[in-house]
Amino acid sequence: MRYVYLGIPLAPLLGALVAGLFGAFWPRLGRTACHTVAILGVAVSFVLSLVVLWDVTLNGAPPFDGAVYTWMVSDGIRFEIGFLIDRLTALMVTTVSFVSLMVHIYTIGYMHDDPGYNRFFAYIALFTFSMLMLVMSNNFLQLFFGWEAVGLVSYLLIGFWYTRESAIRANLKAFLVNRVGDFGFLLGIAAILAYFGSLDYADVFAAAPMARELTMSLWPGVEWPVLTVICVLLFIGAMGKSAQVPLHVWLPDSMEGPTPISALIHAATMVTAGIFMVARMSPLYELSEAALSLVLVVGAVTAFATGLLGIVQHDIKRVIAYSTLSQLGYMAVALGASAYAAAIFHLMTHAFFKALLFLAAGSVIIAMHHEQDMRKMGGLRRYMPVTYWTALIGALALIGTPGFSGFYSKEHIIEAAHGAQRWGAEFAYWAVLAGVFVTALYTFRMFFLVFHGRERMDEHTRAHLRESPKVVTVPLVLLAIPSVAIGALTVQPLLFGGWFGEALRVAPEHDVLGRLAAHFDGALAFAAHAVQTPPFWLAAAGVATAAVVYLWRPALAGLAARVARPLYVALVHKYWADDFNEIVVAGGARALGRLLWKVGDVLVIDGALVNGTARLVGLAAVVARQVQTGYLYHYAFAMLVGLLAFVSWLLALTR
Amino acid sequence: MLADWPLLSLVVWTPIVGGVLVLLAGDRAGTGAKRIALAFALLTFALSIPLFTGFDRDTALMQFEERVPWIPAFDIYYHLGVDGISMPLILLTTFATVLVVIAGWEVIRERPAQYMAAFLVMEGLMVGVFSALDAALFYVFWEGMLIPMFLVIGMWGGPRRVYATIKFFLYTFLGSVLMLVALIYLYHKSGSFSILDYHQVPLGMREQLLIFLAFLVAFAVKVPMWPVHTWLPDAHVEAPTGGSVILAAIMLKIGAYGFLRFSLPITPDASAALDWLMILLSLVAVVYIGFVALVQEDMKKLIAYSSIAHMGLVTLGFFILYTIAERGSGLRGAALGIEGGLVQMISHGFISGALFLCVGVLYDRMHTRLIRDYGGVVNTMPAFAAFAVLFAMANAGLPGTSGFVGEFMVVLASFKADPWFAALAATTVVLGAAYTLWLVKRVVFGPVANERVAALRDLDAREYVVLGALALAVIAVGVWPDPLTEVMHASVENLVQQATSSKIQMLAAHP
Repeated sequence: MRYVYLGIPLAPLLGALVAGLFGAFWPRLGRTACHTVAILGVAVSFVLSLVVLWDVTLNGAPPFDGAVYTWMVSDGIRFEIGFLIDRLTALMVTTVSFVSLMVHIYTIGYMHDDPGYNRFFAYIALFTFSMLMLVMSNNFLQLFFGWEAVGLVSYLLIGFWYTRESAIRANLKAFLVNRVGDFGFLLGIAAILAYFGSLDYADVFAAAPMARELTMSLWPGVEWPVLTVICVLLFIGAMGKSAQVPLHVWLPDSMEGPTPISALIHAATMVTAGIFMVARMSPLYELSEAALSLVLVVGAVTAFATGLLGIVQHDIKRVIAYSTLSQLGYMAVALGASAYAAAIFHLMTHAFFKALLFLAAGSVIIAMHHEQDMRKMGGLRRYMPVTYWTALIGALALIGTPGFSGFYSKEHIIEAAHGAQRWGAEFAYWAVLAGVFVTALYTFRMFFLVFHGRERMDEHTRAHLRESPKVVTVPLVLLAIPSVAIGALTVQPLLFGGWFGEALRVAPEHDVLGRLAAHFDGALAFAAHAVQTPPFWLAAAGVATAAVVYLWRPALAGLAARVARPLYVALVHKYWADDFNEIVVAGGARALGRLLWKVGDVLVIDGALVNGTARLVGLAAVVARQVQTGYLYHYAFAMLVGLLAFVSWLLALTR
Repeated sequence: MLADWPLLSLVVWTPIVGGVLVLLAGDRAGTGAKRIALAFALLTFALSIPLFTGFDRDTALMQFEERVPWIPAFDIYYHLGVDGISMPLILLTTFATVLVVIAGWEVIRERPAQYMAAFLVMEGLMVGVFSALDAALFYVFWEGMLIPMFLVIGMWGGPRRVYATIKFFLYTFLGSVLMLVALIYLYHKSGSFSILDYHQVPLGMREQLLIFLAFLVAFAVKVPMWPVHTWLPDAHVEAPTGGSVILAAIMLKIGAYGFLRFSLPITPDASAALDWLMILLSLVAVVYIGFVALVQEDMKKLIAYSSIAHMGLVTLGFFILYTIAERGSGLRGAALGIEGGLVQMISHGFISGALFLCVGVLYDRMHTRLIRDYGGVVNTMPAFAAFAVLFAMANAGLPGTSGFVGEFMVVLASFKADPWFAALAATTVVLGAAYTLWLVKRVVFGPVANERVAALRDLDAREYVVLGALALAVIAVGVWPDPLTEVMHASVENLVQQATSSKIQMLAAHP
């Protein structure tokens, strides 16, 4: 099995190296060879993941925890590269490699005419390697490696079209905002090493209960529990990677990257790394009530506030991006409610239906000749039946239609927030509940604007409208299947059957899912019962509102904007978060840098001290030179004064 | 057999002899002089490899030792030897010199033979600094290596080279005068010039403080630490590419090396008393200089400031051990900090050297270092862009590159001392990425900015070799740093022992 584990990340790495190095240095290798080798790598990885999933589920194999090689030894601490293969890992690697495989295939169609074709395949294969290293890690060092490596590839891919000013602004922004999160993450890892003496999950989790009573003094008089400090610092990292408010600002801009990337990295996999990390760290988070409350509240704010932003976007990809932010907020709420399994469950279902929605949007964008403004679309259902139906499935899953995969995961997050006995839980419950309406509204606003209503594109575009090629539509269909079915099939074992085993640890007093289990009698009954619950009616209301406003009475949208003007202005300006960052944070840093440089270095250190010393010596020489007049009487006078002073000093001494 | 050779002497004198031969051959020989230079640089590098492969990892004692009387009247010996602290630095020196010789091959048009000779002689002297175990010999090498660097900047430098060389020379020279006084004082106390004897000599607190401060001035200027850093950006801007590479990759390390070889073991009590000052200056370097780097308009200045910030992490790693000791839970973390600083030194040698070479590649084509003259270089130089992004990421401390390893170790170790030290040190994660990647955005990415950028040609074979070798080194250390840290353990543990054993108590016991 060890070779199977090793093969999972190494196959895509090999694909990336071959596609990247040979693609660059040996152009004759050609496009077909490049995409074949990259896809082959990911396909091998997917097949091996299935083997692992089979092994841990059906064979009931015990978790594997072993080192691959010793990265470094220092100060008696062994830093190792190694794998932890349990059910959480197995589920993640399968999800990641499946979505990645779909996106790889889709890319053949989407990037067909791009001169950077080979480079693109090298990057996404490298991404797959990095993401797999992240989820398979058994220690914090490798976790951080994967964490940063996916960030690097995200940077490269957002800026893939590097001549566009907007793209290279967006990728710099994405990297730096993530780095702010990593600042916390790195300190969290440092705190773990300082208090546990090891970076291996197993050692840390084993020692964590003993560290419960430990406190550290942040400043004199303020003592915080060590575990709370660690969990909060780690969560700051997750806030960057999983784009939680206020570090969410990079994700909408990341849409500058090609659409397959938006699907793979900025929706299905990389952005969920923060969620995965917190779930993986559940043995730590369970010991810090305060940290969980923070996660809960931040998640709730993200879920609701960023969802609202989706309503006013015109760019089809940005709507989905804000939707991703909002859904990541839902996952964070689940984590904060100690319903880790629900978070991972939603992560998985979201990976399928959100990748589907993004790829469907990409299919629309191809048909529209790279037009992304929904005001210039409309009525596309007649031209693109496969895209239409698969997008509908994705939309229904996203808003939580009973029976679809998103329904099972989101419903349980709402229930978990309702049942959690924690500071902030009530607020979180109302936020995620209201979010259901918002989600349905922006989703179907987009859906109606794109596929229904008047055809608003120009004649030339309309004449060339047609369904996308097979390499695009086949992945859509393959993603639509789990978007519908995976929820109903897996909800019982994942949430209530204890499928995750020891991988997710929940303290008995926090076990909201355990309490929900009593009311759960199977997926079908649950779906049937949903009609009597508020989320169903909220979602229905959201769809109905969208239909009224965007299909039948478009004037209503303008009216709403006028009536709720302050809210509308706030939404259009994205709560002024970007302006704040641009002016205060970036501008402030540049101003401070200029101040320290021009005043500190140039004026004070160089001007006054260094060159000042040189000038002082010169000046002293000028003064001293004045004394050398050449007149005898000046010298005689100086002698007399000197003698007088010397004699007086002698007299004063001897007295 | 190899073990019986006077390897260190060979590594010191081969390049110096080579330098003299290159001078004798002169420019009349055409490329002949350059070929001799390359041959000697490669030979020296080859000779230095057995220092690594034949190194005994289990002892803190000096290895490859050579000791013959030099000036018997003053008890001065020609005494060489290396331990796990100095050996990696010697390899870095011999490696970097090969690259500098190759990098200057076609670029230096005026008096190339003298240029190559200066670097070869400098190489020998720098290896001498790292391997000298006699204080007088050390001082000779220390001052000697300034001369070729002075000439390199003064002869092949930019328009303000005279200002820069004088600033460079006065700064470093004034610093070392005080060190000389301290070394002579120690000679009087210990009765020999042996640095190893200095380690043992008992000293009172007042003596230690004065000696520590004298060393501090000398080493802080070299590192350079805030606020005696302003000579570095000027020197870098005026220096030719090769000069910048050696300055950043090796010379800055000599100051940091001094703290480990002299300050910590010779004046442990003073180091403990003044560690707050060292930590303060280090953190100022990381944060203050990080902001200053952000707004630089000249690529070389930006990288120079980045070097100062990165060296701040080195000195931080060296001086946190006393705070860790005060915490009372043992010395766990002290060695991590020092080894982290050492790894950071090696890694910074690769990365800063590579970044200066990248600037050199652009400068050779466009004859400007101003960021605003560039934009969209990737369109015409894709291979160069790939290297530039790799080294930029390494400079920003991306895991998988060498830049991460040292940073990671120092931040982890400093948390052990005080979480706030770690928090301030970790600002490099944000600041380093900000100034490096903003530079990349403005220079490398974007549409072609002007017709001069449009006319750029991509890397030639020679540049490929140089940048490729550095890229391999950066990735190798990042993916598997163990072989590098392995050689340090014994020496660093011994150093931690020395640095935490009070000499005042020793003095009380044996007055």
